[in-house]
Amino acid sequence: MSFPLLTATAVLPAVGAIATAAVPAKQRTAAKWLALLFSLATLVVAAVVAVRFDPTGDRYQLTESHAWIEDFGVRYELGVDGIGVALIALTALLIPFVILAGWHDADPQETGAESLGSFAAGRWRPTQGFFALILLVEAMVIISFEATDVFLFYIFFEAMLIPMYFLIGGFGDRAGPHGEKEAATQRSYAAVKFLLYNLVGGLIMLAAVIGLYVVAGSFSLSEIAEARASGSLDMATNTERLLFLGFFFAFAVKAPLWPLHTWLPNAMGEATAPVAVLITAVVDKVGTFAMLRFCLQLFPEASKWATPVILVLALISIVYGALLAVGQRDIKRLVAYASISHFGFIIMGIFAMTSQGQSGATLYMVNHGISTAALMLVAGFLISRRGSRLIADYGGVQKVAPVLAGTFLIGGLATLSLPGLAPFVSEFLVLVGTFTRYPVVGIIATFGIVLAALYTLVLYQRTMTGPVKPSTEGIADLRVRELAVVVPLIGVLIFLGVYPKPLTELVNPAVKHTMSDVQKKDPKPEVEAAHK
Amino acid sequence: MSTPTVHSLWTTAAEPISKIDAPKIEYAQLSPTLIVIGAAVLGILVEAFVPRKSRYYVQAFLAIVALAAAFAAVVGLAAGGYGTTKAHIAAMGAIAVDGPALFLQGTILLAGLVSIFTFAERRLDPEVHGNRVDSFAAQAASVPGSDSEKAAIKAGFTTTEVFPLALFAIGGMLVFPAANDLLTLFIALEVFSLPLYLLCAVARRKRLMSQEAAVKYFLLGAFASAFTLFGIALLYGYAGSVSYATVASVVDGSVTTVDPALADTMGNDALLLIGMALVVMGLLFKVGAVPFHMWTPDVYQGAPTPVTGFMAAATKVAAFGALLRLLYVVLPGLRWDWRPVMWAVAIVTMLAGAIVAITQTDIKRLLAYSSIAHAGFILAGVIATSPDGVSSVLFYLAAYSFVTIGAFAVVTLVRDAGGEATHLSKWAGLGRRSPLVAAVFAVFLLAFAGIPLTSGFAGKFAVFKAAAEGGAGALVVVGVVSSAIAAFFYIRVIVLMFFSEPKADGPTVAVPSPLTMTTIGVGVAVTIVLGLAPQYFLDLAGQAGVFVR
Repeated sequence: MSFPLLTATAVLPAVGAIATAAVPAKQRTAAKWLALLFSLATLVVAAVVAVRFDPTGDRYQLTESHAWIEDFGVRYELGVDGIGVALIALTALLIPFVILAGWHDADPQETGAESLGSFAAGRWRPTQGFFALILLVEAMVIISFEATDVFLFYIFFEAMLIPMYFLIGGFGDRAGPHGEKEAATQRSYAAVKFLLYNLVGGLIMLAAVIGLYVVAGSFSLSEIAEARASGSLDMATNTERLLFLGFFFAFAVKAPLWPLHTWLPNAMGEATAPVAVLITAVVDKVGTFAMLRFCLQLFPEASKWATPVILVLALISIVYGALLAVGQRDIKRLVAYASISHFGFIIMGIFAMTSQGQSGATLYMVNHGISTAALMLVAGFLISRRGSRLIADYGGVQKVAPVLAGTFLIGGLATLSLPGLAPFVSEFLVLVGTFTRYPVVGIIATFGIVLAALYTLVLYQRTMTGPVKPSTEGIADLRVRELAVVVPLIGVLIFLGVYPKPLTELVNPAVKHTMSDVQKKDPKPEVEAAHK
Repeated sequence: MSTPTVHSLWTTAAEPISKIDAPKIEYAQLSPTLIVIGAAVLGILVEAFVPRKSRYYVQAFLAIVALAAAFAAVVGLAAGGYGTTKAHIAAMGAIAVDGPALFLQGTILLAGLVSIFTFAERRLDPEVHGNRVDSFAAQAASVPGSDSEKAAIKAGFTTTEVFPLALFAIGGMLVFPAANDLLTLFIALEVFSLPLYLLCAVARRKRLMSQEAAVKYFLLGAFASAFTLFGIALLYGYAGSVSYATVASVVDGSVTTVDPALADTMGNDALLLIGMALVVMGLLFKVGAVPFHMWTPDVYQGAPTPVTGFMAAATKVAAFGALLRLLYVVLPGLRWDWRPVMWAVAIVTMLAGAIVAITQTDIKRLLAYSSIAHAGFILAGVIATSPDGVSSVLFYLAAYSFVTIGAFAVVTLVRDAGGEATHLSKWAGLGRRSPLVAAVFAVFLLAFAGIPLTSGFAGKFAVFKAAAEGGAGALVVVGVVSSAIAAFFYIRVIVLMFFSEPKADGPTVAVPSPLTMTTIGVGVAVTIVLGLAPQYFLDLAGQAGVFVR
């Protein structure tokens, strides 16, 4: 048997999490370096996975299969297609930057510690916990990108909520706009809201997962596909639709799709910037990924049945998210609403049921992850300097901190899909893919881009340009650690913007498989040639 | 001689007597129960004859050894095939030795064993007059606050009777799910209920509350027992027998011979339906299903916490075992009569337990309502009426017991000047004061909430899957909804522990002896092992899924 590469990508961060958590209370710096080391090692293994993966080969590669819980018909089955590889690479790439950006976010605060007494304070290890939780989330996200067993996927899809919940609720900015106490209340509210929304989604999915087993007698994607092909599995139309809705609901909460999105602005607003990146750039991608892999593959007919409604919801997400982003006064909430708009694009691309749409949606997941990470992390650096998230508290930053302002601008331009930066390629593909099948939807979605330009540029204008406000004076420019976070991310954005071929080549064959699952062909003319 | 005539007269008179067979008791197969009851009787002798100072040690040792030996006996019987191929009815039709019985007995014994560790814990309360004290009153008979109580405390008395009482209760619980006729069922019910009423009354702290709880439990329990007994009488009238097998064959019509003495009543469906309803009601009272749950919060709150943990776990296991046997062995022919009723009970139990728990401010009451919600989940598996349903319920019960005992053991650790600090507000910031204890409790709460990778999830998945396959899809949906509601209040406690600022006058976490540590450690280990690799235990429960009739 060959080396279980896929297991290694998930086990490595999990081991890292345990090791980091075990570092003694006072060795904070050691814990940070250990976490960084493990995340880099994971990146290396993920790179090996990407290299070993042959886009022209079988649909699922590097597969592993072991018995696990036979009574439930559950197997430990892993396998990746091009979409999975792309998202594993994204996750493995972002985590080291998240760790580096959050380097000081979890240093023990002076306030609050004295009430504990020296004994308890000696055992309270927030720093170790913070980095261990990040690695734990990474492990769970990666394994859910790899699972080809519905139950296995479900377990990690649900379980990742717990470390995420502690990351949101346990660690926040030093002081919110209303002081320490209010910030703690808000934070705990956001964490609970995040958990409850996702838990309810997950539990409804649990009912559907059980229903799927009752109907199909298996959790394995390959077995279900085989049964469907051989005709031995014939779901009644209504059953398939109900099961589809159960699955889709959970993914739509996670993604998040309007009107199930309201937890995201709270969570991203209250969490520290690196954790916000973890939510929107990494964890939420599991939702959109699962729509592609599970909804379309398991319930093709129901997916087609639901397409009109989902497209409308996606359109509302795009426009509504963008409109609300324009009106935000809080930098992090602005990025959150922008993300809701972007997730609208991704879901629209998936359900447009064209190969450009789905390729574009997959690229969009990767590019949105990187561009939001760049924007949000720079915003986080800015916020950590003044302790305020309010746009109104800043002004003229580019005069005192030109590098910070410049990188912020590039992150913003990537968010509004400027040609030459990676998100442009994916947004273009999604729009073209949608337009060929649903022209009206494509046209309305274009307004999202216009609004994106508005909220990004207005944000930049208000915070970075103009006269230097008193509160902005003395803001230091980016430090070496911060540059080490931002510069590589911007490098990737530019590289993928100019030369997206490696990514498209990776993703296109996988999308073809998905398209054949739903038995959809691209409308003529063959637009495969259009983006080459 | 005249004597021979007398003799011959006697011999003729004695002849029929010699034909009566001696009752055939399979002592070896009943050994788990016999060991436990025997140890309990010995424990009473210990109370009478062993000097007060050494009683605690003798009793604790006796109880632990007896439970371990009884568990070994259960394992031996199961290994000997009594759970599967050799399953049969023992003790003249009174006791069934089969898979479900052995599985449940094993669970009850292990749960009892880890509970006994918390009974024996003596490091949590500060020493009183130089004596180490446990969770039980110095002298249960003395009036709270009286001089005699003070004298008893000063003299360093402890209520070591709790050990034999617990053993008697466990003995009754071992018989309860194995009972194969209605009278044995009733006797087992009383044998485990009476010691529990007493155990509830002997808390060291908050004695009035404890006594109130005991009285409530006793009165309501007595009502429930009376209903059960009345139901048994009606069923006897219907079937002319108390044996499960006979009642079952009368129900499905395979026995038509009418006992002349019962000619008026036999086969009267009204007797059957009312009798069945009354017996099931008594059992639902014991599992704490709505609408027979009223006693649960008060008793859980008032009883000494080690007793609460023991009761919450072991009683539930025993009572669900008996309910399963009754519904599957005696009343399968009536499935279409009892299923709709049980549907309603399960739905109301799940929802009411979860919703009312939200408003609770005391951790023990919260866990009480949570146990009601869990009773509802288990009922969903009971309703499946399939071997999968039985094994899923068995698995759920095993998983749930250890989470519950562990959780209540953690509750005993969090203390302030008034004893255990059970008000939720006092738990604020516990995660900062004692990260380890809070983390352990969080694991238990997550298992209660059914988060994947814990035993709670595996159990919940098993019963919901069985229910869905048994055609109870709607129950699964209600179950999922109430899980979501329940998740809210479990999460609320976690929020409180980890994300709230600790209060200046907050409780301290006592460092327990290895006894309680073992209990909690076993709880965590079982929770995680059953969550990660439940296959072995599912197999075990799967093999144990068939009742002998």
